[in-house]
Amino acid sequence: MSDVRVAGVGLTPFGNAPKRTSRDLFAEASITAFEDSGVSRDDVDALLYGNFMGELSEHQGHHGPLMAEAAGVRAPATRYESACASSGTAVRDAVMRIRNGEDDVILVGGAERMTNLGTAGATEALAIAADDLWEVRAGMTFPGAYALMAQAYFDEYGGEHEDLAHIAVKNHENALNNEKAQYQSAIEVSDVLEAPQVSSPLGLYDSCPISDGAAAVVLTSEEYAEEHGLEAPVSISGTGQGGDRMALHDREYLARSPAAREAGEEAYADAGVDPADVDFAEVHDCFTIAEVLAIESLDLFPIGEGISAARDGRTTADGETPINLSGGLKAKGHPVGATGASQIAEVTKLLSGKHPNSEFVEGATTGVAHNAGGTVASATVHVLEVSE
Amino acid sequence: MNDSETRDAGFDEWLDAAEEDRAYYLACPNDHGSLPPRRVCPDCGATELEDLELPDSGEIKTFTVTHVPTPAFEEDAPYATAVARFGPVRITGQVVGIDPEDVETGLEVEIEVTVSETTGERVLGFSPV
Repeated sequence: MSDVRVAGVGLTPFGNAPKRTSRDLFAEASITAFEDSGVSRDDVDALLYGNFMGELSEHQGHHGPLMAEAAGVRAPATRYESACASSGTAVRDAVMRIRNGEDDVILVGGAERMTNLGTAGATEALAIAADDLWEVRAGMTFPGAYALMAQAYFDEYGGEHEDLAHIAVKNHENALNNEKAQYQSAIEVSDVLEAPQVSSPLGLYDSCPISDGAAAVVLTSEEYAEEHGLEAPVSISGTGQGGDRMALHDREYLARSPAAREAGEEAYADAGVDPADVDFAEVHDCFTIAEVLAIESLDLFPIGEGISAARDGRTTADGETPINLSGGLKAKGHPVGATGASQIAEVTKLLSGKHPNSEFVEGATTGVAHNAGGTVASATVHVLEVSE
Repeated sequence: MNDSETRDAGFDEWLDAAEEDRAYYLACPNDHGSLPPRRVCPDCGATELEDLELPDSGEIKTFTVTHVPTPAFEEDAPYATAVARFGPVRITGQVVGIDPEDVETGLEVEIEVTVSETTGERVLGFSPV
Protein backbone atom coordinates (compact mmCIF):
# COMPACT_ATOMS: atom_id res chain seq x y z
CA MET A 1 0.00 0.00 0.00
CA SER A 2 1.45 3.34 -1.03
CA ASP A 3 2.01 6.17 1.40
CA VAL A 4 0.00 9.20 0.21
CA ARG A 5 2.09 12.39 -0.02
CA VAL A 6 0.87 15.97 -0.04
CA ALA A 7 2.93 17.36 -2.90
CA GLY A 8 1.42 20.83 -3.05
CA VAL A 9 -1.36 23.01 -1.68
CA GLY A 10 -3.08 26.16 -2.85
CA LEU A 11 -5.68 28.47 -1.35
CA THR A 12 -7.35 31.61 -2.58
CA PRO A 13 -7.94 34.28 0.02
CA PHE A 14 -11.22 33.44 1.80
CA GLY A 15 -13.73 36.25 2.07
CA ASN A 16 -16.05 38.51 0.22
CA ALA A 17 -15.69 38.24 -3.57
CA PRO A 18 -19.28 38.22 -4.88
CA LYS A 19 -18.27 38.79 -8.49
CA ARG A 20 -15.81 35.90 -8.72
CA THR A 21 -17.07 32.64 -10.25
CA SER A 22 -16.17 29.37 -8.58
CA ARG A 23 -14.32 28.30 -11.72
CA ASP A 24 -12.07 31.35 -11.35
CA LEU A 25 -11.56 30.70 -7.65
CA PHE A 26 -10.66 27.06 -8.21
CA ALA A 27 -8.34 27.93 -11.11
CA GLU A 28 -6.40 30.24 -8.81
CA ALA A 29 -6.10 27.67 -6.03
CA SER A 30 -5.03 24.96 -8.48
CA ILE A 31 -2.30 27.15 -10.06
CA THR A 32 -0.82 27.72 -6.60
CA ALA A 33 -1.04 24.01 -5.77
CA PHE A 34 0.69 22.94 -9.01
CA GLU A 35 3.43 25.57 -8.53
CA ASP A 36 3.93 24.41 -4.95
CA SER A 37 4.08 20.75 -5.96
CA GLY A 38 6.35 20.71 -8.98
CA VAL A 39 3.94 18.16 -10.49
CA SER A 40 3.04 18.38 -14.18
CA ARG A 41 -0.65 18.81 -15.00
CA ASP A 42 -0.16 16.07 -17.63
CA ASP A 43 0.44 13.52 -14.88
CA VAL A 44 -2.88 14.08 -13.10
CA ASP A 45 -5.00 10.93 -13.14
CA ALA A 46 -8.18 12.44 -11.70
CA LEU A 47 -9.79 15.52 -10.21
CA LEU A 48 -12.02 15.01 -7.16
CA TYR A 49 -13.85 18.25 -6.43
CA GLY A 50 -16.08 19.32 -3.55
CA ASN A 51 -18.93 21.80 -3.84
CA PHE A 52 -22.23 22.18 -2.02
CA MET A 53 -24.46 24.95 -3.34
CA GLY A 54 -23.35 25.56 -6.93
CA GLU A 55 -26.84 24.96 -8.31
CA LEU A 56 -28.24 27.67 -6.05
CA SER A 57 -25.45 30.25 -6.22
CA GLU A 58 -24.37 29.86 -9.85
CA HIS A 59 -27.09 27.87 -11.58
CA GLN A 60 -24.44 25.29 -12.32
CA GLY A 61 -24.37 21.54 -11.94
CA HIS A 62 -21.86 19.05 -13.36
CA HIS A 63 -18.89 20.82 -11.81
CA GLY A 64 -16.31 18.06 -12.38
CA PRO A 65 -15.38 18.65 -16.01
CA LEU A 66 -15.85 22.40 -15.63
CA MET A 67 -13.27 22.53 -12.85
CA ALA A 68 -10.84 20.16 -14.61
CA GLU A 69 -10.96 22.58 -17.53
CA ALA A 70 -10.50 25.57 -15.22
CA ALA A 71 -7.43 23.91 -13.68
CA GLY A 72 -6.02 22.91 -17.08
CA VAL A 73 -6.26 19.22 -16.23
CA ARG A 74 -7.21 16.65 -18.88
CA ALA A 75 -8.49 13.88 -16.64
CA PRO A 76 -11.78 12.45 -15.47
CA ALA A 77 -13.35 14.63 -12.81
CA THR A 78 -16.07 14.02 -10.26
CA ARG A 79 -17.91 16.34 -7.92
CA TYR A 80 -18.42 15.34 -4.29
CA GLU A 81 -21.31 16.70 -2.29
CA SER A 82 -21.60 16.03 1.43
CA ALA A 83 -22.73 19.49 2.53
CA CYS A 84 -19.90 21.18 4.47
CA ALA A 85 -17.87 17.94 4.35
CA SER A 86 -17.84 17.89 0.54
CA SER A 87 -14.10 18.22 0.00
CA GLY A 88 -13.28 16.15 3.08
CA THR A 89 -15.02 13.22 1.41
CA ALA A 90 -13.19 14.03 -1.85
CA VAL A 91 -9.84 13.90 -0.03
CA ARG A 92 -10.79 10.58 1.55
CA ASP A 93 -11.55 9.01 -1.82
CA ALA A 94 -8.35 10.44 -3.30
CA VAL A 95 -6.32 8.85 -0.49
CA MET A 96 -7.94 5.46 -1.05
CA ARG A 97 -7.44 5.58 -4.82
CA ILE A 98 -3.73 6.35 -4.49
CA ARG A 99 -3.29 3.72 -1.80
CA ASN A 100 -4.85 0.96 -3.85
CA GLY A 101 -2.65 1.75 -6.83
CA GLU A 102 -5.48 3.00 -9.03
CA ASP A 103 -3.96 6.49 -9.36
CA ASP A 104 -0.55 8.09 -8.81
CA VAL A 105 -1.48 11.77 -8.93
CA ILE A 106 -4.80 13.31 -7.91
CA LEU A 107 -5.86 16.94 -7.82
CA VAL A 108 -8.38 17.24 -4.99
CA GLY A 109 -10.07 20.35 -3.69
CA GLY A 110 -13.20 22.40 -3.73
CA ALA A 111 -14.70 25.83 -4.05
CA GLU A 112 -17.80 27.72 -3.03
CA ARG A 113 -19.32 30.98 -4.14
CA MET A 114 -21.70 32.24 -1.47
CA THR A 115 -21.66 35.98 -0.89
CA ASN A 116 -23.48 36.74 -4.15
CA LEU A 117 -26.56 35.14 -2.53
CA GLY A 118 -26.67 37.70 0.29
CA THR A 119 -27.19 36.74 3.95
CA ALA A 120 -30.80 35.54 3.59
CA GLY A 121 -30.03 33.62 0.40
CA ALA A 122 -26.94 31.96 1.85
CA THR A 123 -28.89 31.12 5.04
CA GLU A 124 -31.50 29.43 2.87
CA ALA A 125 -28.87 27.61 0.78
CA LEU A 126 -27.06 26.32 3.88
CA ALA A 127 -30.36 25.14 5.37
CA ILE A 128 -30.74 22.46 2.70
CA ALA A 129 -28.00 20.48 4.44
CA ALA A 130 -30.74 19.70 6.98
CA ASP A 131 -33.92 17.62 6.47
CA ASP A 132 -36.18 19.82 4.36
CA LEU A 133 -39.47 18.21 5.38
CA TRP A 134 -38.93 17.88 9.12
CA GLU A 135 -36.41 20.60 9.97
CA VAL A 136 -36.25 23.40 7.38
CA ARG A 137 -40.05 23.68 7.05
CA ALA A 138 -40.29 24.11 10.79
CA GLY A 139 -38.06 27.17 10.45
CA MET A 140 -34.79 25.58 11.48
CA THR A 141 -31.75 27.42 10.13
CA PHE A 142 -28.16 26.23 10.35
CA PRO A 143 -27.21 28.51 13.21
CA GLY A 144 -30.52 27.38 14.73
CA ALA A 145 -29.53 23.73 14.52
CA TYR A 146 -26.20 24.36 16.23
CA ALA A 147 -27.97 26.54 18.78
CA LEU A 148 -30.21 23.56 19.61
CA MET A 149 -27.04 21.53 20.19
CA ALA A 150 -25.46 24.32 22.26
CA GLN A 151 -28.51 24.56 24.52
CA ALA A 152 -28.61 20.77 24.86
CA TYR A 153 -24.89 20.80 25.78
CA PHE A 154 -25.40 23.47 28.45
CA ASP A 155 -28.33 21.49 29.89
CA GLU A 156 -26.42 18.22 29.91
CA TYR A 157 -22.82 19.13 30.73
CA GLY A 158 -22.90 22.73 31.92
CA GLY A 159 -20.99 25.68 30.52
CA GLU A 160 -22.15 29.06 29.32
CA HIS A 161 -21.96 31.47 26.42
CA GLU A 162 -18.81 33.03 27.84
CA ASP A 163 -16.98 29.70 27.45
CA LEU A 164 -17.93 29.70 23.78
CA ALA A 165 -16.83 33.32 23.41
CA HIS A 166 -13.27 32.31 24.27
CA ILE A 167 -13.26 29.97 21.26
CA ALA A 168 -14.16 32.81 18.90
CA VAL A 169 -11.54 35.09 20.49
CA LYS A 170 -8.85 32.38 20.14
CA ASN A 171 -9.65 31.69 16.50
CA HIS A 172 -9.60 35.38 15.60
CA GLU A 173 -6.24 35.66 17.37
CA ASN A 174 -4.91 32.73 15.31
CA ALA A 175 -6.05 34.33 12.05
CA LEU A 176 -4.17 37.58 12.65
CA ASN A 177 -1.11 36.37 10.70
CA ASN A 178 -3.00 34.27 8.15
CA GLU A 179 -3.04 36.33 4.97
CA LYS A 180 -5.72 34.04 3.49
CA ALA A 181 -8.13 34.60 6.38
CA GLN A 182 -11.37 36.51 6.00
CA TYR A 183 -11.03 38.23 9.39
CA GLN A 184 -7.51 39.28 10.32
CA SER A 185 -8.70 41.17 13.36
CA ALA A 186 -8.72 40.55 17.08
CA ILE A 187 -11.95 40.45 19.08
CA GLU A 188 -12.68 40.47 22.81
CA VAL A 189 -14.94 38.20 24.85
CA SER A 190 -17.26 41.17 25.39
CA ASP A 191 -17.63 41.61 21.61
CA VAL A 192 -18.94 38.06 21.36
CA LEU A 193 -21.29 38.40 24.32
CA GLU A 194 -22.69 41.74 23.09
CA ALA A 195 -23.04 40.79 19.41
CA PRO A 196 -26.51 40.60 17.88
CA GLN A 197 -28.28 37.30 18.50
CA VAL A 198 -28.54 34.98 15.50
CA SER A 199 -30.17 32.02 17.21
CA SER A 200 -29.94 31.97 20.99
CA PRO A 201 -27.56 31.21 22.68
CA LEU A 202 -25.46 31.86 19.57
CA GLY A 203 -24.75 35.35 18.30
CA LEU A 204 -23.08 36.84 15.26
CA TYR A 205 -19.58 36.27 16.66
CA ASP A 206 -20.26 32.60 17.42
CA SER A 207 -20.86 32.03 13.72
CA CYS A 208 -18.47 31.56 10.86
CA PRO A 209 -18.92 34.09 8.07
CA ILE A 210 -20.37 33.55 4.61
CA SER A 211 -17.37 33.19 2.33
CA ASP A 212 -16.13 32.80 -1.20
CA GLY A 213 -12.97 30.78 -1.76
CA ALA A 214 -11.25 27.70 -3.08
CA ALA A 215 -8.67 25.16 -2.01
CA ALA A 216 -6.61 22.70 -4.06
CA VAL A 217 -4.25 19.92 -3.02
CA VAL A 218 -2.00 17.78 -5.21
CA LEU A 219 -1.68 14.27 -3.76
CA THR A 220 0.76 11.69 -5.09
CA SER A 221 1.89 8.18 -4.32
CA GLU A 222 5.14 7.80 -2.42
CA GLU A 223 6.67 6.13 -5.51
CA TYR A 224 5.75 9.05 -7.76
CA ALA A 225 7.11 11.59 -5.26
CA GLU A 226 10.44 9.75 -5.03
CA GLU A 227 10.73 9.13 -8.75
CA HIS A 228 10.21 12.84 -9.47
CA GLY A 229 12.28 14.10 -6.57
CA LEU A 230 9.37 16.02 -5.06
CA GLU A 231 9.72 17.84 -1.80
CA ALA A 232 6.70 16.30 -0.09
CA PRO A 233 7.54 15.63 3.55
CA VAL A 234 3.93 15.35 4.77
CA SER A 235 1.72 12.28 4.31
CA ILE A 236 -1.95 11.65 4.86
CA SER A 237 -1.48 8.56 7.01
CA GLY A 238 -5.02 8.04 8.26
CA THR A 239 -8.50 8.53 6.86
CA GLY A 240 -11.91 7.92 8.40
CA GLN A 241 -15.53 8.72 7.71
CA GLY A 242 -18.62 8.48 9.88
CA GLY A 243 -22.31 8.89 9.28
CA ASP A 244 -25.44 9.49 11.31
CA ARG A 245 -29.16 10.15 10.94
CA MET A 246 -29.94 13.22 8.85
CA ALA A 247 -32.18 15.16 11.24
CA LEU A 248 -30.76 16.29 14.57
CA HIS A 249 -33.92 15.12 16.38
CA ASP A 250 -33.31 11.55 15.14
CA ARG A 251 -29.84 11.29 16.72
CA GLU A 252 -29.06 9.31 19.81
CA TYR A 253 -27.50 12.43 21.38
CA LEU A 254 -28.37 16.10 20.91
CA ALA A 255 -25.01 17.28 22.29
CA ARG A 256 -22.51 14.82 20.84
CA SER A 257 -21.28 13.96 17.35
CA PRO A 258 -20.95 10.16 17.06
CA ALA A 259 -20.26 10.39 13.30
CA ALA A 260 -17.13 12.43 14.01
CA ARG A 261 -16.09 10.04 16.77
CA GLU A 262 -16.48 7.14 14.34
CA ALA A 263 -14.44 8.97 11.70
CA GLY A 264 -11.75 9.87 14.24
CA GLU A 265 -11.42 6.35 15.62
CA GLU A 266 -11.13 4.97 12.10
CA ALA A 267 -8.53 7.56 11.08
CA TYR A 268 -6.45 7.06 14.24
CA ALA A 269 -6.47 3.27 13.80
CA ASP A 270 -5.63 3.67 10.12
CA ALA A 271 -2.61 5.85 10.93
CA GLY A 272 -1.62 3.80 13.96
CA VAL A 273 -1.77 6.79 16.31
CA ASP A 274 -3.65 7.62 19.51
CA PRO A 275 -5.38 10.87 20.40
CA ALA A 276 -2.45 11.47 22.77
CA ASP A 277 -0.10 11.58 19.75
CA VAL A 278 -1.99 14.47 18.16
CA ASP A 279 0.05 17.68 18.34
CA PHE A 280 -2.64 19.99 16.94
CA ALA A 281 -5.87 19.91 14.93
CA GLU A 282 -7.88 21.91 12.45
CA VAL A 283 -11.54 21.27 13.28
CA HIS A 284 -14.89 22.24 11.79
CA ASP A 285 -15.95 25.20 13.96
CA CYS A 286 -18.80 26.53 11.85
CA PHE A 287 -20.20 27.74 15.17
CA THR A 288 -18.31 28.01 18.46
CA ILE A 289 -20.17 25.03 19.92
CA ALA A 290 -19.06 22.94 16.93
CA GLU A 291 -15.42 23.23 18.05
CA VAL A 292 -16.41 21.86 21.46
CA LEU A 293 -18.21 18.88 19.92
CA ALA A 294 -15.29 18.29 17.53
CA ILE A 295 -12.48 18.18 20.08
CA GLU A 296 -14.55 15.88 22.29
CA SER A 297 -15.40 13.61 19.35
CA LEU A 298 -11.72 13.40 18.45
CA ASP A 299 -11.02 12.32 22.03
CA LEU A 300 -8.66 15.23 22.55
CA PHE A 301 -10.76 16.25 25.56
CA PRO A 302 -13.22 14.20 27.65
CA ILE A 303 -16.93 14.73 27.02
CA GLY A 304 -18.06 17.72 29.04
CA GLU A 305 -14.57 19.28 29.20
CA GLY A 306 -14.31 20.60 25.66
CA ILE A 307 -16.44 23.60 26.59
CA SER A 308 -13.76 25.16 28.82
CA ALA A 309 -10.67 24.15 26.82
CA ALA A 310 -10.21 27.54 25.11
CA ARG A 311 -11.06 29.52 28.23
CA ASP A 312 -8.47 27.52 30.20
CA GLY A 313 -5.82 28.12 27.53
CA ARG A 314 -5.52 24.46 26.61
CA THR A 315 -6.37 24.93 22.91
CA THR A 316 -4.82 28.36 22.32
CA ALA A 317 -1.75 28.72 20.09
CA ASP A 318 0.56 28.26 23.08
CA GLY A 319 -1.66 25.64 24.74
CA GLU A 320 -1.08 21.90 25.02
CA THR A 321 -3.16 21.09 21.90
CA PRO A 322 -3.56 24.10 19.64
CA ILE A 323 -6.88 23.99 17.80
CA ASN A 324 -7.53 25.92 14.59
CA LEU A 325 -4.19 27.70 14.26
CA SER A 326 -5.43 28.83 10.84
CA GLY A 327 -8.22 30.81 12.46
CA GLY A 328 -10.70 28.02 11.85
CA LEU A 329 -13.93 28.46 9.94
CA LYS A 330 -14.79 31.24 12.39
CA ALA A 331 -12.05 33.65 11.35
CA LYS A 332 -10.46 32.10 8.27
CA GLY A 333 -13.89 31.76 6.64
CA HIS A 334 -16.04 28.88 5.41
CA PRO A 335 -16.52 28.61 1.66
CA VAL A 336 -18.34 25.36 2.22
CA GLY A 337 -17.01 23.17 -0.60
CA ALA A 338 -13.43 24.34 -0.05
CA THR A 339 -13.22 23.86 3.71
CA GLY A 340 -12.21 20.19 3.98
CA ALA A 341 -9.38 20.55 1.47
CA SER A 342 -8.29 23.87 2.98
CA GLN A 343 -7.85 22.14 6.36
CA ILE A 344 -5.51 19.63 4.68
CA ALA A 345 -3.59 22.58 3.22
CA GLU A 346 -3.31 24.32 6.60
CA VAL A 347 -2.20 21.19 8.48
CA THR A 348 0.39 20.46 5.77
CA LYS A 349 1.82 23.98 6.01
CA LEU A 350 1.87 23.83 9.80
CA LEU A 351 3.73 20.49 9.77
CA SER A 352 6.23 21.59 7.14
CA GLY A 353 7.09 24.89 8.82
CA LYS A 354 5.56 26.99 6.04
CA HIS A 355 2.62 28.41 7.96
CA PRO A 356 2.61 31.83 9.66
CA ASN A 357 1.76 29.98 12.89
CA SER A 358 4.25 27.10 12.48
CA GLU A 359 6.30 28.52 15.39
CA PHE A 360 3.59 27.32 17.80
CA VAL A 361 3.95 23.70 16.68
CA GLU A 362 7.69 23.48 16.10
CA GLY A 363 8.80 19.86 16.05
CA ALA A 364 5.21 18.64 15.69
CA THR A 365 4.85 15.41 13.72
CA THR A 366 1.11 14.70 13.82
CA GLY A 367 -1.82 16.93 12.88
CA VAL A 368 -5.50 16.17 12.37
CA ALA A 369 -8.16 17.64 10.07
CA HIS A 370 -11.83 17.25 11.04
CA ASN A 371 -14.52 18.17 8.52
CA ALA A 372 -18.26 17.91 9.25
CA GLY A 373 -21.40 18.09 7.14
CA GLY A 374 -24.83 19.21 8.29
CA THR A 375 -25.33 18.85 12.01
CA VAL A 376 -22.64 16.15 11.69
CA ALA A 377 -24.63 13.58 9.76
CA SER A 378 -21.40 13.34 7.76
CA ALA A 379 -17.85 13.60 9.04
CA THR A 380 -14.37 12.91 7.74
CA VAL A 381 -11.18 12.89 9.77
CA HIS A 382 -7.65 12.80 8.36
CA VAL A 383 -4.37 12.26 10.17
CA LEU A 384 -1.32 13.94 8.62
CA GLU A 385 2.22 13.07 9.62
CA VAL A 386 5.73 14.20 8.78
CA SER A 387 7.19 11.22 6.98
CA GLU A 388 10.73 12.32 6.15
CA MET B 1 -41.73 25.69 -2.43
CA ASN B 2 -44.70 23.69 -1.32
CA ASP B 3 -47.88 25.27 -2.65
CA SER B 4 -51.28 23.60 -2.41
CA GLU B 5 -50.81 22.07 -5.88
CA THR B 6 -47.77 20.11 -4.78
CA ARG B 7 -47.94 17.70 -1.89
CA ASP B 8 -45.22 15.59 -0.39
CA ALA B 9 -46.74 12.17 0.06
CA GLY B 10 -46.32 10.91 3.58
CA PHE B 11 -45.39 14.26 5.06
CA ASP B 12 -48.46 16.27 4.11
CA GLU B 13 -50.75 13.42 5.17
CA TRP B 14 -48.95 13.47 8.52
CA LEU B 15 -49.66 17.20 8.88
CA ASP B 16 -53.34 16.53 7.90
CA ALA B 17 -53.53 13.91 10.65
CA ALA B 18 -51.80 16.20 13.16
CA GLU B 19 -54.36 18.92 12.39
CA GLU B 20 -57.05 16.42 13.41
CA ASP B 21 -55.15 15.50 16.60
CA ARG B 22 -54.19 12.14 15.12
CA ALA B 23 -50.41 12.59 14.78
CA TYR B 24 -48.71 9.24 14.39
CA TYR B 25 -45.33 7.60 14.08
CA LEU B 26 -44.12 4.53 12.25
CA ALA B 27 -43.45 1.53 14.46
CA CYS B 28 -41.48 -1.52 13.38
CA PRO B 29 -41.82 -5.02 14.87
CA ASN B 30 -38.75 -4.30 17.04
CA ASP B 31 -40.38 -1.27 18.67
CA HIS B 32 -38.30 1.37 16.90
CA GLY B 33 -40.15 4.58 16.12
CA SER B 34 -39.59 6.92 13.17
CA LEU B 35 -41.32 9.60 11.10
CA PRO B 36 -42.71 9.26 7.57
CA PRO B 37 -42.34 9.04 4.62
CA ARG B 38 -40.42 5.82 5.13
CA ARG B 39 -40.47 2.23 3.90
CA VAL B 40 -37.64 0.88 6.02
CA CYS B 41 -36.93 1.18 9.74
CA PRO B 42 -33.67 3.21 9.95
CA ASP B 43 -32.69 1.39 13.14
CA CYS B 44 -33.02 -2.25 12.06
CA GLY B 45 -34.05 -2.41 8.40
CA ALA B 46 -37.47 -3.91 9.10
CA THR B 47 -39.91 -3.21 6.28
CA GLU B 48 -43.17 -3.92 8.10
CA LEU B 49 -44.02 -0.51 9.49
CA GLU B 50 -47.37 0.37 11.03
CA ASP B 51 -48.85 3.74 11.96
CA LEU B 52 -49.30 4.17 15.69
CA GLU B 53 -50.72 7.22 17.41
CA LEU B 54 -48.30 9.53 19.19
CA PRO B 55 -48.87 10.46 22.82
CA ASP B 56 -50.91 13.66 23.26
CA SER B 57 -48.08 15.53 24.91
CA GLY B 58 -44.33 15.73 24.64
CA GLU B 59 -41.40 17.35 26.42
CA ILE B 60 -39.03 19.99 25.05
CA LYS B 61 -35.49 18.61 25.05
CA THR B 62 -33.71 21.67 23.62
CA PHE B 63 -34.73 24.98 22.06
CA THR B 64 -33.48 28.16 20.41
CA VAL B 65 -34.91 31.55 19.53
CA THR B 66 -34.07 32.38 15.91
CA HIS B 67 -33.54 36.03 15.01
CA VAL B 68 -31.97 35.51 11.57
CA PRO B 69 -34.36 33.31 9.56
CA THR B 70 -34.42 31.99 6.02
CA PRO B 71 -36.52 34.13 3.63
CA ALA B 72 -39.48 31.74 4.13
CA PHE B 73 -39.75 32.89 7.77
CA GLU B 74 -38.73 36.53 7.44
CA GLU B 75 -42.02 37.86 8.90
CA ASP B 76 -42.14 35.18 11.62
CA ALA B 77 -38.84 36.03 13.34
CA PRO B 78 -38.02 36.04 16.16
CA TYR B 79 -39.51 32.62 16.82
CA ALA B 80 -38.64 29.67 19.05
CA THR B 81 -37.71 26.32 17.53
CA ALA B 82 -37.58 23.25 19.74
CA VAL B 83 -36.85 19.56 19.63
CA ALA B 84 -39.47 17.73 21.70
CA ARG B 85 -39.82 14.06 22.59
CA PHE B 86 -43.17 12.39 21.96
CA GLY B 87 -42.92 8.79 23.12
CA PRO B 88 -40.54 6.90 20.84
CA VAL B 89 -39.69 9.85 18.52
CA ARG B 90 -38.29 13.34 18.77
CA ILE B 91 -39.76 16.06 16.52
CA THR B 92 -38.57 19.56 15.53
CA GLY B 93 -41.20 22.29 15.63
CA GLN B 94 -41.92 25.94 16.18
CA VAL B 95 -43.17 26.85 19.64
CA VAL B 96 -46.38 28.89 19.50
CA GLY B 97 -48.82 30.25 22.09
CA ILE B 98 -46.02 31.41 24.40
CA ASP B 99 -43.47 34.25 24.38
CA PRO B 100 -40.36 32.79 22.72
CA GLU B 101 -38.28 34.08 25.63
CA ASP B 102 -40.31 31.94 28.06
CA VAL B 103 -39.62 28.64 26.28
CA GLU B 104 -37.44 26.29 28.29
CA THR B 105 -36.15 22.73 28.38
CA GLY B 106 -38.64 20.43 30.10
CA LEU B 107 -41.71 22.38 28.98
CA GLU B 108 -44.69 20.09 28.26
CA VAL B 109 -46.17 20.69 24.81
CA GLU B 110 -48.67 19.28 22.34
CA ILE B 111 -48.44 19.27 18.56
CA GLU B 112 -50.22 22.19 16.93
CA VAL B 113 -49.96 22.75 13.19
CA THR B 114 -49.58 26.48 12.64
CA VAL B 115 -49.10 28.76 9.63
CA SER B 116 -46.09 30.81 8.55
CA GLU B 117 -46.85 34.54 8.63
CA THR B 118 -44.45 34.92 5.73
CA THR B 119 -45.66 32.31 3.24
CA GLY B 120 -49.01 31.07 4.56
CA GLU B 121 -47.58 27.53 4.47
CA ARG B 122 -48.35 25.02 7.21
CA VAL B 123 -45.68 24.74 9.88
CA LEU B 124 -45.31 21.98 12.43
CA GLY B 125 -45.68 23.66 15.80
CA PHE B 126 -45.81 22.93 19.51
CA SER B 127 -47.95 24.73 22.06
CA PRO B 128 -47.69 24.53 25.84
CA VAL B 129 -50.16 22.08 27.41
